Parts: sequence; C-alpha cells; structure tokens
Amino acid sequence: MSEELVTLTIDDREVSVPKGTTIIRAAESIGVYIPRFCDHPGLAPRGSCRQCLVEIPDAGNGRGFPAPQASCTMTVAPGMIVKTQMTSAKAKAAQAGIMELLLINHPLDCPICDKAGECPLQNQALLAERVESRFDGVKRRYEKPVPISSQLLLDRERCVLCARCTRFAEEIVGDPFISLCERGTHQQVGFSGEQPFESIFAGNVVQICPVGALTSVQYRFNARPFDLVSVDTTCEQCAAGCALRTDSRHGTIRRRLAGVNPEVNGEWSCDKGRFTLASVPAEQRITTPQIRENGTLRPASWPEALSAAADGLAGGYGGDAKVGVLTGGNLTKENAAAYASFAREVLHTDSIDFRTRQVSDEETAFLRQQAPQVTYADLETAARVVCVDFDPEVDAPIVFLRLFKAVTKGKLQVLALGAQPGRTWEKLRAELVSGTPKQALKELDLTVDDIILVGERAAATPGTLDTISFLRAKWAWIPSHAGDIGALEAGCLPQADGLTVNGILNAAMDGEIALLTDDIELFAAEGALAKAFTVSLANHKEGIATAADVVLPTALVEEQAGTLVNWEHRAGVVNPAIPGTLPTAAEVLARLQAVIEAYRAYTREDDADFEDYEDDDDYEADEVSGFERPEEPPAAAAPPTAAAPSEPEASDAETTSEGEEVPA
Amino acid sequence: MTELLTPILSANWGVDKSWTLKSYLSFDGFEGAKKALKLKPEEVLEIVKESGLRGRGGAGFPTGTKWSFVPQDNPNPKYLVVNADESEPGTCKDMPLLLASPHTLLEGIVIASYAIHCHTAFVYVRGEVAHVARRLQAAVAELYAAGWLGKDIQGSGFDLDVVVHSGAGAYICGEETALLDSLEGKRGQPRLRPPFPAVAGLYASPTVINNVESISSVPCILRNGAEWFSAMGTEKSKGFTIYSLSGHVAKPGQYEAPLGTTFAQLLECAGGMRAGHELKFFTPGGSSTPILTPADVDIPMDYEGMVGAGTMLGTKALQVFDETTSIVRTTLRWSEFYAHESCGKCTPCREGTGWLVQLLKRLEAGQGHEGDVDKLLSVCDDINGLSFCALAGGAVACVTSAVKHFREEFELGYTTPAWEAFPYELSTAWAGGAK
Amino acid sequence: MKEELEQIMARYPQPRSAIMPMLHLVQSYEGYVSDAGVELVAELLGLTIAQVRGVSTFYTQYRQHPAGKHHIGVCATALCAVLGGDAVYAAVSEKLGIKADETTADGLFSLERIECNAACDFAPVMMINWEFMDNMTPEKAVAILDDLAAGKPVQPERGATLTSWKENERVLAGFYDGRADEGVSAGVSSLRSTPKGGKK
Repeated sequence: MSEELVTLTIDDREVSVPKGTTIIRAAESIGVYIPRFCDHPGLAPRGSCRQCLVEIPDAGNGRGFPAPQASCTMTVAPGMIVKTQMTSAKAKAAQAGIMELLLINHPLDCPICDKAGECPLQNQALLAERVESRFDGVKRRYEKPVPISSQLLLDRERCVLCARCTRFAEEIVGDPFISLCERGTHQQVGFSGEQPFESIFAGNVVQICPVGALTSVQYRFNARPFDLVSVDTTCEQCAAGCALRTDSRHGTIRRRLAGVNPEVNGEWSCDKGRFTLASVPAEQRITTPQIRENGTLRPASWPEALSAAADGLAGGYGGDAKVGVLTGGNLTKENAAAYASFAREVLHTDSIDFRTRQVSDEETAFLRQQAPQVTYADLETAARVVCVDFDPEVDAPIVFLRLFKAVTKGKLQVLALGAQPGRTWEKLRAELVSGTPKQALKELDLTVDDIILVGERAAATPGTLDTISFLRAKWAWIPSHAGDIGALEAGCLPQADGLTVNGILNAAMDGEIALLTDDIELFAAEGALAKAFTVSLANHKEGIATAADVVLPTALVEEQAGTLVNWEHRAGVVNPAIPGTLPTAAEVLARLQAVIEAYRAYTREDDADFEDYEDDDDYEADEVSGFERPEEPPAAAAPPTAAAPSEPEASDAETTSEGEEVPA
Repeated sequence: MTELLTPILSANWGVDKSWTLKSYLSFDGFEGAKKALKLKPEEVLEIVKESGLRGRGGAGFPTGTKWSFVPQDNPNPKYLVVNADESEPGTCKDMPLLLASPHTLLEGIVIASYAIHCHTAFVYVRGEVAHVARRLQAAVAELYAAGWLGKDIQGSGFDLDVVVHSGAGAYICGEETALLDSLEGKRGQPRLRPPFPAVAGLYASPTVINNVESISSVPCILRNGAEWFSAMGTEKSKGFTIYSLSGHVAKPGQYEAPLGTTFAQLLECAGGMRAGHELKFFTPGGSSTPILTPADVDIPMDYEGMVGAGTMLGTKALQVFDETTSIVRTTLRWSEFYAHESCGKCTPCREGTGWLVQLLKRLEAGQGHEGDVDKLLSVCDDINGLSFCALAGGAVACVTSAVKHFREEFELGYTTPAWEAFPYELSTAWAGGAK
Repeated sequence: MKEELEQIMARYPQPRSAIMPMLHLVQSYEGYVSDAGVELVAELLGLTIAQVRGVSTFYTQYRQHPAGKHHIGVCATALCAVLGGDAVYAAVSEKLGIKADETTADGLFSLERIECNAACDFAPVMMINWEFMDNMTPEKAVAILDDLAAGKPVQPERGATLTSWKENERVLAGFYDGRADEGVSAGVSSLRSTPKGGKK
C-alpha cells in the first residue's frame, strides 16, 4: 500500500487513510462498523454477500452512485462522501433487505448451533432490526452435518455462501479441497471424499466462518461462548511464535483460536496449535513427585523428592557430582534461564544443552553465532528464499503461509535443498536443488536480497551450517520447538568446556555423569538413562519419567506466565490460561537450589560444629547453618533414598533425614 | 412493408451451402478483410468508431470505443472473445447467423483482431447447439486451409488463431466477465470491476468481448464504408440490426431493419398478430427488459427510444403475446428461468429469485395470500440495484413491469388459478387449427 | 481418452481453459461426468477433485447420471411454454413414461426441461442431442420418438441426422465429425428478410 493518504468523509466525519484502502476498512478506522459476511481483512475482497452496502452521494468527482454500493470492494477516493447505515436510511434499508434475504433459507438453528453467542449473523441480524420474517415459503434443505475432513463438519443449511472458507483454502493455503459447487440456490461448499480437507491449516475455516456452518469435531456442543474465559497467549507447538487465544471453562481449556498478530501469523493458526488443548493429557499427567525404589517409581512428598534429587546431583558430602543438564526445547525462556543459572551456579557445570538429538560441533559453533537477522516481513520482500533441510509446512507452518503469499503475488522464488518432491514444494512453485548443500549453496550465488531458512536437520550434513554462516545472504535457523531459541538465548548451550548433548549422553553411558532433565524425549538413550542418576522435571507418565530416578512434576505451559521466543528472536508473551497447582520449572529449581545449598552448607561447615554442639543442651539455633538443633536426636527412621549409583553412602541417609527439616 | 427491411447480414442466408467459404466468397466475402489488411490497425479502428456501431449483445456500448480502450503499450497478448452464448429468452438471431453464414462472423473476427493487435481470438458458443458448433468448426478449418487464419494471413504479416469453444449451459456466461472466468476454466461467475476486461480480461490480459452480431457487422462496414453504415438508423443509434420477433405473430422470425424502426412497423412486416387476436404485451429486448404494451407500438426501437419508454433495447428480442396469454404464467416462467440461471454468487439474486418464484407459483395456482403482490414488489426492491451483476436486474424488471401494467391480473391470483382465467390451450401455436 | 484430453489442452494458451471441452469429452465416453473422468481431468490439469466438480456442477449440460442414447430437451421458458411447450413436454413425458431428469429403463431416452435455446421463432422447440427440432406439436414430438425407437433416421431441418447424445458431446468437445454440410442453411423463420434466399 502506498504511503499517500486519501481524505474522505464517512458519516459526516473526515478520515484520512492510505490510498487503496477499502471503504469498509476506512470506516473501521474511525470506529464505524459496517456489517459484512464475505469481507475479511486477510482475504481479497469479493463483494458477493452485499451486506456492506453504503450510500455514496459523492464519489469524489461531484457525482454520486444512484444505488448503494458494496463498501468492501470500493476503494476510497479524495473528497468521497460515504453514508453508512448510521446516517443513511437508504443504506439501512438496503442492508435490512439483504439481511432478510439471507435469513429466508437459514435454518435458525441457534439453540443447537455452536456459533450462537458469538455469531456475526445473529449480531448483524439484530443490528438490522427487522424482527419478524415475511417469508412463509419452503426453506432449502440439506443433509446435515457432513464431515469434510476428520476434524471438520459442514452444515450447508446454515451456510451463507460468503465463500470465506473456499477462498481461504485456495488463496491463503493453496489447498482447494473445498470449492463451491452447483449453481444458484443450490450453490454449496463442495468437497470430495477422495480428497478430504486434510490441510494443516483447515481449522482456520471454523474460526472465519461467520455462521455455524463449519464446526470442529473437537469443540462441537462443548461450551457456550459466554461461559468461556479467554486468555491471549503464544503457541507452544513450534517455533513460529503465533498469537493464540485460549478459551477455558471450569479450569479446562475447551478450545484454542488463532490470535491476531499482524507481524507474525496475521489471523491464522495451524491445526497443531489450534487443536492441541492440553500439553499433557490429564490421564497422562504426573501430579506428585516420584522416587524410584527397587526399580519402580512411587509417589513421594516434595521434601523427600527434592532431597533425593539434591543427593544425587550434588554428590553428597564434600563433592560435586558431575551433572549434565538437558533442558529440551519446550521451556519458556524464564524456565530455561533458571536451568542455565542452576547448571552454572549451583551444579558448577557448563554441560548444558537444550538439544535432544544428535548434534555436531559445527552446529554448536553455528548456534553460538545466532542473532536475529530475518523477520516474517523480510520473507515477503526477499528475492529468493532458500529452504535448507527445512520443510515450512511441517516445521513451522505459519512460515509456509508467508512464503505462499509472496509466491502467489509473483514476487518470490523459493528453492529447496535437501528436500523430497512433494505437495508443499509444488504449492510454493519451488525449485528443488540437488547436490550437496555446501556445493549447491555456493553455486546459487546468493546476495543480501536472499534469505536462507535452515532447519535442525542441517546438523546431520557436515559443512552445511559452516557454509551458510559465511554467505552474504541473511539466514535464520528455524528449530522445531517453541522454546529452542529462548533456551539458546538464555544460555542452555555449553559456553566454555562443557559437554554438548552428545557428550553428556556418552558420559552418562559410561556412568560418569548424573543427569538433570526437563520433560524431554530422548530417542535411543535408554542405555544412558539407565546408567545415570537422572532427575527429571517430567510431566508425562510415559516419557522420560519411565527412566528417571527422581521425578519432579511442574506447571504446564498453559498454567504459567512467561515468554516464548520464536525463530525471529521475537519474544511472545505466555499467559496462564488455567490455574495450576504445581510449581514452574524455575520454582522447582529454586527449591532444589535451596536444598542443595543448605545441604552443602551443612555438610561442609556444620558437620564438625554439630558434633561440638551435640551435648550442649543450651544450643538453640545454629546461625551459620540456619538449622534448628532438635531437642532430642531425631528418630533414626531414615527413609530409604533412591539408589544413587555413583554415590552410595550410609551417612547420606542420616543427613537426608536431617535435611528433611529444611523447609522445601 | 418489406422495403423497410435491410437484408445485409442475412443477404446470403438460405442459399445452398451458404456456410461454405466458396459460397461466402461469392457474396463479396472477405472483401472487407482485404481492405482492412491494407490499412493500419489504427485506421481500421477509426472506421469502426466513425460508423457508430454499438454493441448488439444488449448493452449498446460503442464498439469502436471499446476497442480503443485496449492499452497497446501493455506487454501482455491482446485477446478478442466473441460472445456467442446467446441465451437471453427471446433472443434468436446469433444462432441462425452462425448456422447460415459463420464466415460473416469469422471475417469480422479477422478485421477486429487486426485492429486491436490480437493474435488469438475465441468464439465462446453456447453448448446446447451441436450443429452450430459443427458449422463453426468447419468454417474455421476452411479458413486455415485458405490462408485466412494461421500465420502471415494472405501475406499481410498478420498472424491469427481462432479457437471455437463450446459452453455447457449457463446463461450467466453471457455476462462478459463471467464468460471470461468460464473461458479460463472456472465457474462462470461475474468478476469485480475494476479492473475492466479491456485492461485485464482473459488471463489478466487486455481483452475485447463483443457479441456475434456486433463483430458480424464489421465486414460490411469495411466493405461499404463508415458513412454507408451511419446513414442508416437514428442519430445516436446508427446502422441496422436484426430484430427477432417471436410469439403470437403470424410470421415469427428475423427482421433485419435500420435501428429506430417501430414495433408497429416490424409487426406489419411479420404479418401482424395471428388472426383473430390482439396484442396484449411484448418485450422489446428479451425477458430482462421491462415489457411494453399496445400504447408503445410507435416508439422508435433504438437505444434512446427504449430508455425513454422506461425499458431497454437489449438484444432486440421481441416476444409478442396476445390476449390469450396469462401474464402471471409468463412472469412465473421467466422468474423460474432467472432462479435456475442465477449463478449464486450474491445474496439478493440467489435468495431473492427463489422467493419470487415461490410467490408467483402460488399466484399462478390461485393460492396467493393477500398482500402477495406488494410483497412481490418489496422483494424486488431488496434485489434491484443491490446485486453483483445485472442478471438480478433483469429478473426484477420482468416482475415489476408486469405488475405495473397488469396488477389486477396478479391480484386475481389470490382466488383464481391463471389456467382458469386464461385457458392454456388457447395460447398454443396450434390453437384454432394446425400451424 | 487421455490422449484426446491432452489434445484439447493444447488448443489453449493456458490449459485450465480446456476443462469445459474436456468434460464434454468425458461425457462422450461415459455418458455423464463420472468420478473416474473427474479424477483424470483433475490430474491432467493439476486441480483438486473439488475444483473440477465445482466446474462440472455449475453448468447444466454436465450430467451427474448417464444420459439415454438420445437426450430429449423440451424448452420450458415462458415463450415456448405459452406457445405449447408444456403440452409437448406432457406428451413426451407420458410417451416415454419418465419425468424430467430421468432416463427410460431401456436407456434409450433421457428427458429434460431446458431453458431458452435461441430458437424462439420456431417455438415450441425441442432439442434432441442438442439438435434443433423446430415447430413442435405434441403429435410431431411423439412421432419423432417413435421413429427413433424404431431405429428410423430422423433428420432435423436445421441440423444433422440424429445419431446419439454421446456422439454430439464429442462434437462439443471440439472434435469435428465432418457433418457440417447436413441440414439447411436456414429455416423459414430465419429468412423473413430475404425470402428468396439471397441474390445469387
């Protein structure tokens, strides 16, 4: 859009908007709402529902239009005079007429329709004020609802044929598996059973449908909008960083909708984010700390579990165990930062890594250079975008939408290295480049107008990342998890002589190291996990908890506030959608830190002091250690500690029971 | 009254094998094209402009002016698309022309394409006429063989290909932007304007869409000169045209006459109303134009005259009905046509035409409710002028004009079936003896 | 059929434009727009099935169920109806024992009420396989059907001797069958301005 401003009058108020703005958008900018169905700011104007009719007494050239005009397709002109339904009886009557016609075949399903309460048709019908219908004929009937995919149901009777869904499918996503069919009064959204609408973006049509024609299997009949509490947050499914809105009722998230962020996801989301309501399904969730005893996990109290963890990680009296910290990429930045400082300041280790796959030194060096270079907006203005070991539609779907938008405008050329032919590349009209990435990248002769998007998988091909870091093109590393960049920024990578995940797992295999992990998925690491003393801040029953020695559950991402940093290095706010009772990972680590420090302080300095005071009845409190000396020696009922393969010491049992007195 | 008639386009109709190139050439065929190819394209365009030829497909837009809207500095190819989708009820001039003399159209295509620098022209012909498709296909093949199509036409250096494209049954595809979408392989629904087809039409390239009769009128203009053409007709509606008379006239058919001829004159040429009957109402330009009555028979039938009479010249499709005809019945049938042909894109047409049909059906059956006639008009108000394209306007025009002239007959529908008030067998073509 | 579909695509600057004649060709082979035909067209044009169906269901001539060998269309628009088209339809329907959008059990005839076919000066009009059967009466229409059923040749004045709906669909797909020279130049109604049929 041009920077040039155009001034016009809407409902007797002057407004200046950029040239090329449609009247309906210009009206919105001064708070004037013109009713509409087919118009949507993310889609090209269509002008078919005719609901947005306005009177234009002067088109800017001294002459008016004799009939009301659609405000969604007409752009503003200098000196134009527009009268909406607020100031023009003609516009109001025209809109009322259209509304009446829309309702004559509408089934008026409101009592059983998901959309009721948040329905543009309801709202706009009530605005139009024709309360009673004059239609006494026979309404159009269809079999309803019909599944158009495994997730979505279509009710053709409710459909007002605004074509938002079919336009979305074709224009925004390139997956026209739904398309208008038939003609005239029989026109309807059509699809084929052979090619259901299984697009990663399909769920958006439920959100943009202005009536209840498209509903999701997941949310159908689930709640009424006025019962829901909405919270804006950032999606945790991948590194795209989309704005998301969660709607919950009675402490359970009932649905998730795309949030609005023009700079990131516009108004769209992908189905991964939309249809994942809980980061851990309730029946799979660990809710209390666990300790492994004789090979099986059993519930434990927080003090007991924290002690066991401290014991295994801090190495008992007088020494530091060697610990490797694996944070995974699903943490908020705050939690990741807590891990980083815990690792360095409490565990005195630099062996911390957020990656949970095979890595290379090349990648580690590459990541140390990470800095924000590329934004979503840059993708639209680049000459070429080269995807290296990166599948946009799978790895960060919203990135695909941006690329598709630029490609369909004819401005962008997409190339792919390390890719198999497939529908994604066909939609992007991409050129698949063969040869080694190193070779191919050099041959492409990239300039500063080009952008490289490189995925995690690039670590597996030596030379790729090195080559990229020396090219003139701008590049962005797009990992697969929402917390990867935040963890990287927070220091969850060895900075000096610490081990990377490869080293950590090898050391674990050799029995040289204990492990502190978050709720991560470690593939083919059973051997390492079996050998090493493992403390996991885990929430999934079937995940790493099955190999951990101590399990400390934490708040889920939807239960806490924080920040998720996306691949652009843009911070996204995470707000708690539902209340939770468990502490965040940062809070757990803080408690663990307190235990360990008290532990160390006690074992190092006060053991001798304790012996001195043993017979002193006047001793009250030890100000150095902060312990309160009991009146009598405590009962010797020392709860059995978890088998600590590296440091089994009988004295630990006693100390542990002493340590229990320290508030957890 | 046949001196009134000007058989120019129809001069060679009825001649044995008139559709062949050999026959066409014997009627000065391609003399106009030969002249055109010796001129510069801009000069050809000027001639057509000067002639005052206006689009014969209903809108009456000056043809030469439309050609001049094509931006020649646009790098995209230029296209000419001939609208042979003749489907407006009552219109029946283009199909006979294509059956009898497809070369008239094709010669016009050569000239028009040359004038606008077009090298690929399309003829979009409605699909429900197999023999017309055959005649067109055969004629195009003859021209390629004779060097009038293909590369370097007649040594002029001008290349032109013609593609004959059969439609598949959709009246809306006669609307020019819907035709373009249909020709691009999509559903035939009208497009937003701007952009206008002259700038971004077929394949987003500059395109001229003209009716069969418009392009077919171009050869004689080149042959005989712009002045010859503009000497006929009226001041603002130059030239001649084909008036199609059908219905309760003695001799229904195609009457080629100068623009401005009156209905009374045409009726006389057609042998008057069928014996023993009187005119009740007629359409000047197809069912989309408001109907006229015996009071209007002397108004010149040109573009301005018809607008002045509160209607439109349209496609000059004069459907003529006598007193045996139930207006409610005809209005219902036309409304069913519009409802069936509505493309469905916009709310007022898609929903409104269906409502009109339901109301008219019960009026025809004598089961109308009190107030139905006013409701009919009110629904028309909710449609008229508010739709995406002009189809809805046509649907409304036939209803409102019928009610305006024959309100009582509609109100009769509250009590009496139309077939009782106007026995249907009396209006048939064979009533009162075999035809 | 696939090669012929590709030939059609080659006629146009952009292949998607070929979809309409391609669907006519599918009909000429299958008798209607079959699922298999749709899938093949979709594959050749790089469209989804929904998009192809979107086009095929938009136009009246594309059928969702097989046509009879002969497809009978009786014009039901106002002028033809008033001039006797309804009576013709009733007679045809009764004769064949089917209603509109149905096909006779022996597969010989299918029936449709069609819209204005641009032959109003020959009303009432019946189309058979999209050939003009002008100036119909109930008796004439029924007689024609009898002839067709008996395998007798039926020659429309303004068209080619009737063969079958499928064969004419092939013509509509753009495959000329060499029969342009059958039928007259123009019917009587077309010659009102030149009753002598031209000077030469």
